Amino acid sequence: MSNDRPKPVLPDGLVAVVKKDCPTCVLVAPVLADLAQRAGLIAYTQDDPAFPASASWVIDDSDLAVSWHHNIETVPTLLRVEDGLPVATVEGWRRDQWQEFCGVDGLGEGLPDWRPGCGSLSVDPRFANELMVRFSGSKMVSRRVELAALEDEHEALFDRGWTDGMPVVPPTEARVMRMLEGTSRAPDDIVAIVPPDLVECTVEKVAINAVMAGCKPEYLPVVLTALEAACTDEFNMHGLLATTMPVGPILVVNGPIRDEIGMNSGLNLLGQGNRANSTIGRALQLTIRNVGGGAPGGIDRATQGSPSKIGLCFAEDEEGSPWDSFAESRGFGAGASTVTLYPGEGPRVLFDQRSRSAESLVSHLAEMLRANISPRIALQMDTMLVLSPEHMSRFADAGWDRRRFLDELTSRLMIEADEVIIGAGGIEEGMPAFLAGTTIPKFPPDGIHVVHGGSRAGLFSAAIAGWVNGDTGSVTVTKEIVR
Amino acid sequence: MSVTILDPTGELRPATRQRVARPESLNGLTVGLLDISKPRGDVFLDHLEQKLTGLGVVVNRYRKPTFTKPAPVDLRHEIATSCDAVIEALAD
Repeated sequence: MSNDRPKPVLPDGLVAVVKKDCPTCVLVAPVLADLAQRAGLIAYTQDDPAFPASASWVIDDSDLAVSWHHNIETVPTLLRVEDGLPVATVEGWRRDQWQEFCGVDGLGEGLPDWRPGCGSLSVDPRFANELMVRFSGSKMVSRRVELAALEDEHEALFDRGWTDGMPVVPPTEARVMRMLEGTSRAPDDIVAIVPPDLVECTVEKVAINAVMAGCKPEYLPVVLTALEAACTDEFNMHGLLATTMPVGPILVVNGPIRDEIGMNSGLNLLGQGNRANSTIGRALQLTIRNVGGGAPGGIDRATQGSPSKIGLCFAEDEEGSPWDSFAESRGFGAGASTVTLYPGEGPRVLFDQRSRSAESLVSHLAEMLRANISPRIALQMDTMLVLSPEHMSRFADAGWDRRRFLDELTSRLMIEADEVIIGAGGIEEGMPAFLAGTTIPKFPPDGIHVVHGGSRAGLFSAAIAGWVNGDTGSVTVTKEIVR
Repeated sequence: MSVTILDPTGELRPATRQRVARPESLNGLTVGLLDISKPRGDVFLDHLEQKLTGLGVVVNRYRKPTFTKPAPVDLRHEIATSCDAVIEALAD
């Protein structure tokens, strides 16, 4: 919508803004008439053009243009206007204040000395959204879709194929405008070329989908940066959504923005219940599906899919970890807010309730990680290990840092190829036969991504197995979040 | 009261392209066989090549660098300009 309504210029001198549905305005109506006569006052009236009087000094503001543009919050408000703009303001009725403000004596004989005003219609919640859209000069260019009066708005969004199977928040212009306040970027800024249709995706389109996903405006910078990361050649979002394997982009957030937007890095961090965790990953997926066109059954060919394809996003518990943060381990500063995109399936439980030493626990973790994707597949898929605080304390107590932990884990994840080559044990799946007689690492260098999070109590961790890694598949990408 | 919402899609209008007519016969034609680099795609295509060559078809073999990404533009162009038809082997 173009801003075809320029900010109204006020007449110089004394101006009042009133409404009839305000007892104080009604009380001071004779005062306003007096001021019109003695001091040239002009009154703007919000709800009745004949109030305070049918007279040439009363101007209809029932479209609230003057009230909205000049930020009127209370009626009555008196303004002193110079060169078309207010230079001083008085709200409500106070005789001495009005007399001084207007330079007129003897106002309101017989009236009480003081009465508070009422709320201006321009800030009434019933109209505020509509007025913002009408007057704030939206630059949004997306097609407007008018739903029929009898159409249920939620059903309408399902019918058009714009949801992930769960209800979405209808992206009205007012909601999208509020969402856009979450970023300093312009609505027409191109964020990324989104696969599979290779569509130039603007900040505006991301904001629309973020509204639908249920995001708050302050989450938008995370969604924007996540989309940039997802659409890099390294991350290969096209392959990730087209593959028959049940994988999706997993988002890990680090840095100060975690607390600023209220993300969960503790109890149930991989589950439901936290709005930021639940909606940021969903907003990324909705954007890719709606803008890029990667719908299930179309380009998305996942054999069975995964709940994590709805969106899986969580924050690291940095404060509770004795180690450097996940983002720091990937080369970012401690003060940076980042989002990491990792191509993965759903989280699976790593169970260990009896290990009391670091050696016992790391040995057991190694044994469990042998099954990452398949015990017979090595080097081709990474893993993301979400270590819980109680498990982490075993390594903290032993004085192990991240490097020591990874070295100990890796040394326990060397596989005799003879056990897993094609045909071994009568199983036709496995590693190529030319590896016979060798020892191979389960994961490539830097193929184990360790994040800390979860509640203070509970002897479980989680592993999220990856998709095809490296140049032939998808490489984990971290980006600093730009507000 | 009706609600107006903003279109969340890419608002694309796909270009309509004329499909090449399906050949009546493969006789004398050049057929491209594209391996997408999935396991055993070569087994399938070797078999097809044998059959097609027996029918007098000229066969060109192609291979994508990785099954996880779309075929490079140059490869698509080469197939389009030097073949009358293409068979793409999927996977496994």
